Amino acid sequence: MSDKPSQNPARESHGLIVNGQSYTFDDASQANLLDLLRNRLGLMASRFGCGEGLCGACRVLVDGQPMPACDTPLWSIAGRAVTTVEGLGTVSQPHPIQTALIAEQAMQCGYCISGIIVSAAALLQKNADPDEAEIRAALDPNLCRCGAHNRMVRAVMRAAAAIRSANETP
Amino acid sequence: MTSPLERSLPASLRATPMLDRWLNVSADGHVVLTPGKVEIGQGILTVLVQICADELDIDPHRVQLQAAGTEHSPNEGVTSGSLSVQDCGMSVRHVAAQTRQLFLAEAARQLDVSVDELSVEDGIICGPGNLSTSYWELAAQIDLARPADPEIASKTIGTRRLAGRSLPRVDVAGKAFGTRPYIHDIVLPGMLHGRVLRAPRPGAKLAALAEFDCAGARLVRDGSFIGVICDSEAAADAALRRLEAAANWVGGYDMPDLHDLTGWLKRQPAETSLVAERNTVDPEPTLSLRRSYFKPYLAHASIAPSCAIAQWRGETLHVISHTQGIFNLRSDLAIVLGAAEEKILVQHADSAGCYGHNGADDVALDAALLARAVPGHPVRVRWSRADELAASPLGAAMAIDVGAQVSAAGEIQHWHHEIWSNGYVARPGRGDTPALLAAFDLAQPFPLYIAQDPPLAGGGGAQRNAVPLYEFPSWRIVKHRLLTMPLRTSSIRALGAFGNVFAIESFLDELAIELDQDPLALRLRYLADERACAVLERVAAMADWGKSVVSDGRGRGLAFARYKNSSAYCAVVAEVDVNEEPRACQLWIAVDVGETINPDGVINQIEGGAIQATSWSLKEQVTYDEQGVTSRSWESYPILRFSEIPAVSVEIIDRPELPAVGAGEAAQGPVAAALANAIYNALGVRVRKLPLTREHIIEAME
Repeated sequence: MSDKPSQNPARESHGLIVNGQSYTFDDASQANLLDLLRNRLGLMASRFGCGEGLCGACRVLVDGQPMPACDTPLWSIAGRAVTTVEGLGTVSQPHPIQTALIAEQAMQCGYCISGIIVSAAALLQKNADPDEAEIRAALDPNLCRCGAHNRMVRAVMRAAAAIRSANETP
Repeated sequence: MTSPLERSLPASLRATPMLDRWLNVSADGHVVLTPGKVEIGQGILTVLVQICADELDIDPHRVQLQAAGTEHSPNEGVTSGSLSVQDCGMSVRHVAAQTRQLFLAEAARQLDVSVDELSVEDGIICGPGNLSTSYWELAAQIDLARPADPEIASKTIGTRRLAGRSLPRVDVAGKAFGTRPYIHDIVLPGMLHGRVLRAPRPGAKLAALAEFDCAGARLVRDGSFIGVICDSEAAADAALRRLEAAANWVGGYDMPDLHDLTGWLKRQPAETSLVAERNTVDPEPTLSLRRSYFKPYLAHASIAPSCAIAQWRGETLHVISHTQGIFNLRSDLAIVLGAAEEKILVQHADSAGCYGHNGADDVALDAALLARAVPGHPVRVRWSRADELAASPLGAAMAIDVGAQVSAAGEIQHWHHEIWSNGYVARPGRGDTPALLAAFDLAQPFPLYIAQDPPLAGGGGAQRNAVPLYEFPSWRIVKHRLLTMPLRTSSIRALGAFGNVFAIESFLDELAIELDQDPLALRLRYLADERACAVLERVAAMADWGKSVVSDGRGRGLAFARYKNSSAYCAVVAEVDVNEEPRACQLWIAVDVGETINPDGVINQIEGGAIQATSWSLKEQVTYDEQGVTSRSWESYPILRFSEIPAVSVEIIDRPELPAVGAGEAAQGPVAAALANAIYNALGVRVRKLPLTREHIIEAME
């Protein structure tokens, strides 16, 4: 770290919005987004899988775009809005993806499912009527080891249909 | 002589016959189940709830599950081998049936009616007129601290309300909302975070440690076992990186031959055993074929790295682990730590999917060793992705030769199957010395535990499914279990059955072509077992076998096995596209698991197993060089992604009158062979070496 201290991002204070709430951090030297979510904010739905942004288990939305939280330094997303699974839906107000995953029983161990929910929610935000190939492409950054992929794809289709039908209802 | 008790009680209940170790009824309207088998992503908890609710005639939501713990659960050994339904499920069915009878007898006595006049509706016991009581009212009066009675009969098939229905899984909603905790999410007061530095090359010793900046970290070293404890995960990760830079390793095991793993397997010192032999005839063959097949080392590649929490309070150790066998882990921990088993409590917690003996047990010892340095503090240790892929036990590489002698009339007269492989079982709690990774690295090290194979009667290891189910008049099955083990191997889903079924079913396809017979007809000709024929005929109908036209660049293959020759029947037709890197387009699967308790659960397990087996078959192999395992990330150990997943259709042949068996491992072997046979069908090239990559296709053409 030979950079001039004034340019060291770790020394700066950073603001961040997580699930609608504002947070300020000034000790971002080592912290990545996943560490912040899990260990400081207690938001456990985002999972650690590889630490290298390669498995998708930690995916969150940053300004609506899916990103791996595990290798995203806090300073790189200062001022932006982060949404985790906890922010997407709850038992009392589920996201249509969550409802559809339950209806399709679309998981086994479930460790990858938070990342899947995030990828699917981002897809449906920009494409209300995705075909199967588009869904698979959107979920390709997410690994599932139990082999529940096809159920998850069906669940995304079901969720898309539910969202469209809700939007059509005046 | 077996006593009647041994004859009629399920295995787990024979081992732990007291009812109250399994089930308790609470006055507040719940039944608490305390099974010894654990949830590893396969959905067993839901099946247990379903069986229990069915037998007691209560709503499933009244059944509460207590996670397994050495303090309160029956010792059911290891959750493995697709035995959870038949051992644990049938034990729960028996315990619930006996509990129901005890409650009905007491209700009859108190209401002064006969048991026959009583019925149960969601726990309310109703008699003639307005007479009624309930399990909950009677709970305090009935002592379940009594042994299982083998004479008790469970409900008859027609009176079960829930069996055969797809009850939604009890864990799925919590997972969809991210609220159901995994072990990685458990936070305890005063908890610290540990990381362990593993030798890059197996067997290497820590020679020296350069100056290490301890800032904020406590260093723990015992021989070549070295780790750090910090108060946060981020600090522990940073300390581990500093430790890695400071550590200097020497030596290590000689890695297997990089360029000729098959030759290496066949050259190693080995224990040779005759697995099975039938009527050694002396045929006069007109055709004698012998082919060599290969399966590489495979990684479990679970999505979550292994994790454990350990806490010492005085002489007592409390461990939270996602192990498959809480009691087995406890006994190995006791050996390594020199502690009495009674002083060690192991509690199960969920992790990501477990497909065999992964790093769960190893990381529990890591945590116990680190936590010993900070008495009173819980220490959570989580492995890195690299260690998860490279330091966990691997599925053993196998060389398998299969041969046959065929008469002039085209009859298979003799069958030969020979295996060279490391053992498939190096689980804790099985030997006099421990099988936990860190135990081999201590200053006073335990000897490396060389993987074994249980006998076939116990399911076998490398030889699992090596004996054909086909009625050949004569055969000889031989196994060479390696006595060297530079890469640590142990149980991975289906054990040796994956490689053996791949070899047998590929070879049968080769024979069918040699003999100019349809692969389906050839199989049916040698199968006497009607259930085997039924799944083959069903899958042939599903895929329109032999009738449908397959487009250019595509091919179809068929394969079959009965898992362990005693468990689930599974037949598969695969369609592949070989225009570029081989791709699985579709799998049709017919399965028979006896009584189907939860059809969607069975389909989910078969479908998941088939997709995982497709990934193994088309993409996966552990890579290594002289310095150890090199497949240490998802880039170097790729698995099948969403866009590569085949369509999968599964049909169940339900046999409610026959014993229920597990579904988790039935598809593995047949899928591999069906894919290889499909590639042959498409290209006319026989690929005998897994994975079925373009590179191996080209190698097979040369």
